[in-house]
Amino acid sequence: MDMQALASTVPVQGEYSLEGIDFITNGDQYLTFELDQEQYGVDILSVEEIRSWEKPTKIPNSPTYVVGVINMRGVIVPIIDLRLKFGIGTATYTETTVVVVLTIETDEHSRTIGFVVDAVSDVLDAEESDIKPAPAFGGRIPPCYVDGLVNLENDLVTLLNVVELQKIEAHASRKKG
Amino acid sequence: MSIDLSQFLPSFLEESDEGLALMESGLLDLEPGDDESINAIFRAAHSIKGGAGTFGFNQVTDFTHLVETLLDEMRDGRREIVGADIEILLKSVDCIRLLIEAEKVGETCEDSRIGHTTDLLNQTLALSDSSNEESNEQASVESTNVGGSSQTSWQIEFIPEHHLVQTGNDPIFLLNALADLGEVSIRCQSQLPAFDELDPEELFLTWQIELIADVDEDEIREIFEWVEDECQLNITKVETVEQVLAEPEHIASENTEAPVPQIEPEPVTAPEASIAPTSAPAASTPATNDKANKPAAKATVKAKPDAGSIRVGVDKVDSLINLVGELVITQSMLSELGNNFDLTKVERLNAGLEQLLQNTKELQESVMRIRMLPISFAFNRFPRLVHDLSLKTGKQVDLVINGEQTELDKTVMEQIGDPLVHLVRNAVDHGIEAGEQRIANGKPAQGTITLDAYHQGGNIVIEISDDGGGINRDAVLNKAIEKGVVEPGVTLTDSQVFDLLFEPGFSTAKQVSDISGRGVGMDVVKRNIQALGGRIQVESEQGQGSTFRVYLPLTLAILDGQLVKVGDQVYVIPLISIVESLQAKAELINTVSGDLVLYRLREDNVPVLPVYQLFNLPADNKDVEGCLLVVVEADGQKVGLMVDDLLAQQQVVIKSLEDNYQQVDGISGATILGDGSVAMIIDIPGIIDMALSHARDKQDQFYQSMTQEHV
Repeated sequence: MDMQALASTVPVQGEYSLEGIDFITNGDQYLTFELDQEQYGVDILSVEEIRSWEKPTKIPNSPTYVVGVINMRGVIVPIIDLRLKFGIGTATYTETTVVVVLTIETDEHSRTIGFVVDAVSDVLDAEESDIKPAPAFGGRIPPCYVDGLVNLENDLVTLLNVVELQKIEAHASRKKG
Repeated sequence: MSIDLSQFLPSFLEESDEGLALMESGLLDLEPGDDESINAIFRAAHSIKGGAGTFGFNQVTDFTHLVETLLDEMRDGRREIVGADIEILLKSVDCIRLLIEAEKVGETCEDSRIGHTTDLLNQTLALSDSSNEESNEQASVESTNVGGSSQTSWQIEFIPEHHLVQTGNDPIFLLNALADLGEVSIRCQSQLPAFDELDPEELFLTWQIELIADVDEDEIREIFEWVEDECQLNITKVETVEQVLAEPEHIASENTEAPVPQIEPEPVTAPEASIAPTSAPAASTPATNDKANKPAAKATVKAKPDAGSIRVGVDKVDSLINLVGELVITQSMLSELGNNFDLTKVERLNAGLEQLLQNTKELQESVMRIRMLPISFAFNRFPRLVHDLSLKTGKQVDLVINGEQTELDKTVMEQIGDPLVHLVRNAVDHGIEAGEQRIANGKPAQGTITLDAYHQGGNIVIEISDDGGGINRDAVLNKAIEKGVVEPGVTLTDSQVFDLLFEPGFSTAKQVSDISGRGVGMDVVKRNIQALGGRIQVESEQGQGSTFRVYLPLTLAILDGQLVKVGDQVYVIPLISIVESLQAKAELINTVSGDLVLYRLREDNVPVLPVYQLFNLPADNKDVEGCLLVVVEADGQKVGLMVDDLLAQQQVVIKSLEDNYQQVDGISGATILGDGSVAMIIDIPGIIDMALSHARDKQDQFYQSMTQEHV
């Protein structure tokens, strides 16, 4: 089904129009970003905004990859450093470090969480047939986080499962010496 | 276009709620000869009936009519005001409430209580003067309820003159009156002239009515008595009793068409809207039109959950508008200042900003005040509750309410209702002794329960006290030992013993009654109060009575906080829990049992909790000596929080961490500071628990290493 043709038939009131909006495609779209030298992608519909890095407020006794919380227009948003969570590359914070804020809705709740990545790359169109299952050999990232792989010219993009990403492990028990 | 009645439904529901509350409180205080009260009760009942009629809530109308009849007899002095009647009326109030609740969701109420109370009302009314003219009306209502066997079918043709509505007659009343006689099915026909000849103030409708009722022709003619000269009326008798029985569903469905005239009377009520009436008759069959409208309206009512509304005093709104006005003035002053600013105007800028600060503060306070309601909203259900309970238990109980005007946040109010009900029930059931026992103890036979509310600091305190037998300390303690909550042989203070009452599954009542004593509840009460950020305290003296004190924060959204610095992080400590802040003096610091640091604060030894350690932070100062201690108190335990610096005090708006993250130990929430950064709010009871479990872990580890060495 041609989505563009379909869009032109959608009755729209007022000055809005769906014509010429090129993000209407047949497949899903993914925002891709870099972690170290690798490319990763998340469902673009869950992206709330892309922010530049600002120093967050620490959460006491949080896992190391939860670097803190920030104020996003009056909402308290936790920030997770994906490089620390997945153990890829080094967690350095410069002016070009970006935070991809995702709003992930599940049956139980809707959560808004910011993810620190090295850089944002592109928007990727991928049809379902383009998405290949991840090989079972696995890397450092637990397989539950990976939805599949997409070939992009010579590169490979790993699509991440946003529903898994928003799950936050309970704070580690405070037992220590 | 018909008036969409459903838009008025919420206000009807609200008003009837108020009316019912008024009836209830009026009935409880009703004394013979009190014309004022009985009139007020009658008026409330009457408005409910009227409102219900407008919305077509026939069940409510019929029932309220009976109540009204009884009240009318009392009002006219034809009937003595006796306790039994008041009981029936109180029950009726409950029934009306049930009926309205049912109508709200578009259902028919089938509670057995309603039938029962209807019978009671009918009996009471029948017992009075049967030759009374009121009983005529009574009979007519009854006839609608009784599906008699000797019913006749009538065919009525009602052709009004065009000017009928101009004389103030409304066909809807006639048709409703017919509907009161029995089953009706109404068909409406319009003889609409061409548009340019149409006079919107005239009536072009005729009706054909099929009435199935146990009446004779005179009774039907009586209804049309007032319009006799202004219409053509043909009444014919059709014998079709079998049909009635054979097709009850058909009649029922046709009956829904009865409210046809709801559309029609508009030419009278809104003659200025000249277009409106033309479109109504133009719709070929207003009946079907209405039929389509009705379920739709019901559906919207159903879909919309009760969003709740507050009645705000006009004075509050006025002050809000004044403040906003001032804010606008300040804003325009500042923006003018900004247009051509130079350094000579710095002083004026400062003054302007100062004013802005003032305005904002006042505005914030005013807005918060809107959410504040007098606690009488929560208290006003208790007179009835105590009345019912004292009947049930056979104890004489008097309820005294003080401080009804104390204001409390609406959210807190809604959630405190149930715990309070529980405490009051307990007071009647367990607190107050039976009459003979009271007299034997030298107390008046009538027990007294006092509800009081007052402000204390940033808290509101609600007191529930009774002059009953008090809590049996030994019974509580024995029960606790029996249940294994307390080790035998431990000495506990009174308040510790009374706190045991809030343990789950704890009840000392010898007999479980249907009011209370099942051992569920007190723990729920405590949990609910804690969920609101409050606490509960018990005081009791054997033989003298008990007092339950509930401490609640005034509002859930804002707290006064002390900003402190630990390392490079800013934390907020609720001002309410701070006892004092001081600089630690070396000579007052003592270390006990290895590594526990205590600080001598006058008589007390206060444990020092290093916040940086509990929160795993780098800190500037890790030495207790000379550091800043914020002494806080929670649950009777004082601790000194070690911080690096004391910053400003300010009001902070509490934001949830759990929305996007999860609960964090020792943190009750977050807030946004003036510079846009986030600061965590320290949960004082939480951080004390944290420190306790830390200490326990440390001890466990120490003992483990000891035993390992010995093995």
